[in-house]
Amino acid sequence: MKVTEQDIKTVASLSRLKINSAEVAEVQEKLDKFLTYVENLQSIDTAEIEPTTYALPLQNVFRADEIKPSLDREAALSNAPLKEDGYFKVPRVLEE
Amino acid sequence: MNLNTKTAHELHKLLQSKEISAVELAENIFSQIDKTETEIGAYLTITKDNALKTAKAVDEKISRGEKISALEGIPCAVKDNICTQGIKTTCASKILENFIPPYNATAWQKLQAENPVLIGKTNLDEFAMGGSTENSAYHVTKNPHDLNRVPGGSSGGSAAAVAGGEAIFALGSDTGGSIRQPASFCGVVGLKPTYGRVSRYGLVAYGSSLDQIGPITRDVADCATVLNEIAGFDEMDSTSVNTELPDFTKALVADVKNLKIGLPKEYFIKGIDSEVENSVRNAAKIFENLGAEIVEISLPHTEYAISTYYLIAPAEAATNLERYDGVSYGERVDGVDVVEMMTNTRTEKFGEEVKRRILIGNYALSAGYYDAYYLKALKVRTLIQKDFTDAFKTIDLILAPTAPTPAFKLGEMTSDPLKMYLQDVFTVPLNLAGLPGISIPCAMTQNNLPIGFQLIGKALDEMTILKAAYTFEQNN
Repeated sequence: MKVTEQDIKTVASLSRLKINSAEVAEVQEKLDKFLTYVENLQSIDTAEIEPTTYALPLQNVFRADEIKPSLDREAALSNAPLKEDGYFKVPRVLEE
Repeated sequence: MNLNTKTAHELHKLLQSKEISAVELAENIFSQIDKTETEIGAYLTITKDNALKTAKAVDEKISRGEKISALEGIPCAVKDNICTQGIKTTCASKILENFIPPYNATAWQKLQAENPVLIGKTNLDEFAMGGSTENSAYHVTKNPHDLNRVPGGSSGGSAAAVAGGEAIFALGSDTGGSIRQPASFCGVVGLKPTYGRVSRYGLVAYGSSLDQIGPITRDVADCATVLNEIAGFDEMDSTSVNTELPDFTKALVADVKNLKIGLPKEYFIKGIDSEVENSVRNAAKIFENLGAEIVEISLPHTEYAISTYYLIAPAEAATNLERYDGVSYGERVDGVDVVEMMTNTRTEKFGEEVKRRILIGNYALSAGYYDAYYLKALKVRTLIQKDFTDAFKTIDLILAPTAPTPAFKLGEMTSDPLKMYLQDVFTVPLNLAGLPGISIPCAMTQNNLPIGFQLIGKALDEMTILKAAYTFEQNN
């Protein structure tokens, strides 16, 4: 196995996804199969090759520093699962 | 008169000459929907009241003697990952089950200004992750040509709606083939424009460096017309290309004389269906008879495209889908603290394939594995792009199959995602290289299933693609 049980737990936590202990082995096997599948890339020598993040040559985009109207507060809050006094409301963040 | 099988340009003439009304046309589509939608399942939301209201307004305009634009009053469908203000946009995911966008995607905003009649929002694989529309959290869409088969994906709802007479044209999105493969499976025309040609603002992000919105239509002329309306620079999308916009309908000239078309030898490999291979080779002969020159070319890194894509797209998806945290929009599942709330929300509301790609993406991006997987894929992406740059030094266009097979059976691929990924072998290289590509129908199999081929062009050269596609269509 290329992927350890600990890897699965770490990556699940990074992803904010719950994987219970009964599922770990299955996820481990699937991820392992996937990594074997993409192993063919390792045979290519890329030592001298630059990475491409965007296919077209893109430059940083600047705009004038002007205030323009944006989505108003009511519209921005219109899909909030829970809101109060014009804010998004979430459960406790810090320990009491 | 059977209106729902006509093209937008045919219907435009009938509307303008008052032979038909826009309301009559819309009602014709809705009666087709009443007949076939329970079987096909192309839509997630149908906006009948609004559609009839728009159609009525168009009729009033015509009766006042005003000229109407090419798409005015024409029934259309929009993939449900493109934001439509005031109309639910779910991405076929439970996590956006009740999401009503407070703004329009730029592509839809521009199209809407032309007054087409929006029939509804179409089904897709959840967050556009899949090639069969079987990964929708709501229902499966079926192929109008054979109800036991998939329409392709992820824009399967859009392609099935157009093929089944439930819309005249549609918008789809293409991250690794999601417009072209369903177009091929459903016997319609689908174009993925050059990366940056159409604004991505308001397209729910999957793989940001790969995603593009594009038209799905009945013929090449309609494709050019729709592209005219959705393309163009948008300051709301920092990857939007700011360059002069041609009139794409000017490409609708039947002439391929002296055009050099390359057939990549790596695209005719073991595993490709023989009927698909024969139809594409036959298409090459037709082009040759029309005066084009066919040459064999090589795109040597083709075999690495799938691995490259399936590392880059999930890595971008894992990052993009971080926003579904139950805080500002989308569903929420409660927990004792904020982290548990976010974890419960994501675990319960994302589907299996979405979670799988998030895990793969975060693994490929995580400390210790970044260089071996994600960075490696970005470097191979450079090589794949260079293959195309080299090839286009001597040719004008590339002709290739769109998918290795015609539409497959429902459930045939669902048990093995890796097998499903192979469907994308001829489509993902374009997304990695940012190039435009069209899929147009070229033949039917013995089982009466459509086969499409792909024309791939240089960056920002949709004109040559459309011209060659139009020429083929007029001569097939």
